[in-house]
Amino acid sequence: MTVLETPPTAQRDALPLVAPQLPRWAPALALVIAAAGAGILALLLSWGLTGTLLATVLLLALVLPLWSRFVEGGRRAKDRLATILVWSTFGVAMIPLTTLLWQVIDNGAGVLSGQFFSYSMRNVVGEGGGIYHAIVGTLIITLWATAISVPVGVLAAVYLVEYGENRLPARIVTFLVDVMTGIPSIVAGLFAYALFVIFFGPGVRMGFGGSVALAVLMIPIVVRSTEEMLKLVPNELREASYALGVPKWRTITKVVIPTSLGGIITGVTLAIARVAGETAPLLIIAGKTDSVNFNAFAERMQSLPVFIYYSFTQPGVPPQYGQERAWGAALVLIALVMVLNLIARIIGRIFAPSKR
Amino acid sequence: MAKSIDVSDLNIYYGDFLAVEGVNMTIRARSVTAFIGPSGCGKSTFLRSLNRMHEVIPGARVEGKVVVDGQSLYGPDIDPVAVRREIGMVFQRPNPFPTMSIYENVLAGSRLNSKRIKKSEADDIVEKSLKGANLWNEVKDRLGKPGMGLSGGQQQRLCIARAIAVEPQVLLMDEPCSALDPISTSAIEDLIHELKSDYTIVIVTHNMQQAARVSDDTGFFNLKAVGEPGHLVEFNPTKKMFSNPDNESTEAYISGRFG
Repeated sequence: MTVLETPPTAQRDALPLVAPQLPRWAPALALVIAAAGAGILALLLSWGLTGTLLATVLLLALVLPLWSRFVEGGRRAKDRLATILVWSTFGVAMIPLTTLLWQVIDNGAGVLSGQFFSYSMRNVVGEGGGIYHAIVGTLIITLWATAISVPVGVLAAVYLVEYGENRLPARIVTFLVDVMTGIPSIVAGLFAYALFVIFFGPGVRMGFGGSVALAVLMIPIVVRSTEEMLKLVPNELREASYALGVPKWRTITKVVIPTSLGGIITGVTLAIARVAGETAPLLIIAGKTDSVNFNAFAERMQSLPVFIYYSFTQPGVPPQYGQERAWGAALVLIALVMVLNLIARIIGRIFAPSKR
Repeated sequence: MAKSIDVSDLNIYYGDFLAVEGVNMTIRARSVTAFIGPSGCGKSTFLRSLNRMHEVIPGARVEGKVVVDGQSLYGPDIDPVAVRREIGMVFQRPNPFPTMSIYENVLAGSRLNSKRIKKSEADDIVEKSLKGANLWNEVKDRLGKPGMGLSGGQQQRLCIARAIAVEPQVLLMDEPCSALDPISTSAIEDLIHELKSDYTIVIVTHNMQQAARVSDDTGFFNLKAVGEPGHLVEFNPTKKMFSNPDNESTEAYISGRFG
């Protein structure tokens, strides 16, 4: 008698789409457990706040993935671990930013007053005085720096994108712009000083010299950002314009630049924000003064960063007032840069081509 | 106001690379001429050489003659900008200017050249061009809205309106329907039929039915082999081309045996 072997029937499992999952509140619970564990450890070993926080994160990175490993499996556990790592590094990155802001506001907010914004430091010893002269100086110097660097930077970018065609001259310009990006600001200041000494003799100090130094720092930023923006303009728009019988220069001024205007203005504003806080070049060429000076082409001109530097290094007698003013000026400078950033975003949104 | 185009022994290069070789043809005025052929065979390149648009690409150049109205387009004292004013172009992808409204887009040809036109005159040009492009009824109540807000088919018709607003002699169309749905395509084909009475129209298409539907003459381009330059295989009236072509490879291509 022969035994017929039954052919093995191919059996397939049900589709494995369902897997056990931790409840939504699991991370919160794990955090509470980790915090409690860290708290007990901190009490036993008398750690400070930093140690407790560190222990909490470490415990969380241990508890949640382990829990997940037993319930959900390896892949989910790795995901949980990575999530914890990403969030904690984000937290670490926020520490310097928030503490800096906190410190400046804490130290500087007290000194802000009507007098602080409307008085210069002329004949002020000790209490009183203000940063009017430094605000005026910073605004005038950055304004001139912008007036120099925007035409040069934007036109250089137009050359690179529209005319350069990646030939030798364009590659040389690109290389030089890259090199300029890395110039230390003090070198820019020395350059401006050396340049003005040729015309005005040694010991020259003027606000416009500071503008030249800042322009040296600004131009590469403006070129780079404008170049990127011009490259984003689709070639189809240029061709559409050419096909209507529009010459190249009109195509650039009336189609390419308007299309990318929002981005260009954003880039310029960010470049302004970047150089508004420069100290070293202004220290050399714009000098320091206690008086208001509206003329960028004669005499020393105070600026916020230089004011901060001198108020902190030479606070006068008694020192506490000078230091207070330094913190106040730092707060004003940060606010100024922040406002510029906000303006850049708003302008970028206004000029962006709308769809509706 | 339409002109015919005579092309003789035209070679088109990108740098050292010969892209299209030895094209001879006469494109009749007030008719529709279609170019068909496989991808990369130089149809679009040839089309762009008809209004000197291909020189926009660095290194591109041309040997041979393209004669419009007795003038050689590649003559030494010819201004390419003037050529493009007389020979307009519509592209594969609709490309209205994103910074401009529908109204401004139609007037772009004169606005970008800073021509001063009276408001009433400008209104007339916009209405006439949009009516010519079969778009007027759809957009007349929102002329101030951005051109980018229209649908793809409407955008393409806006681009056609923009091209005919400068009243060119010739209208070149580089696969104008390839990005559009059948309804928009049919709208544009109807438009081509209407425009034929006023303009010389040259159209590149991948769609052989479209070539058969809209064109009076058809040119078939092909590559001899991969890496070889493209060339014009056959140029004949469309009816003959699609019923009894002279060349075997044309018949093979049209009947779908290759390509």
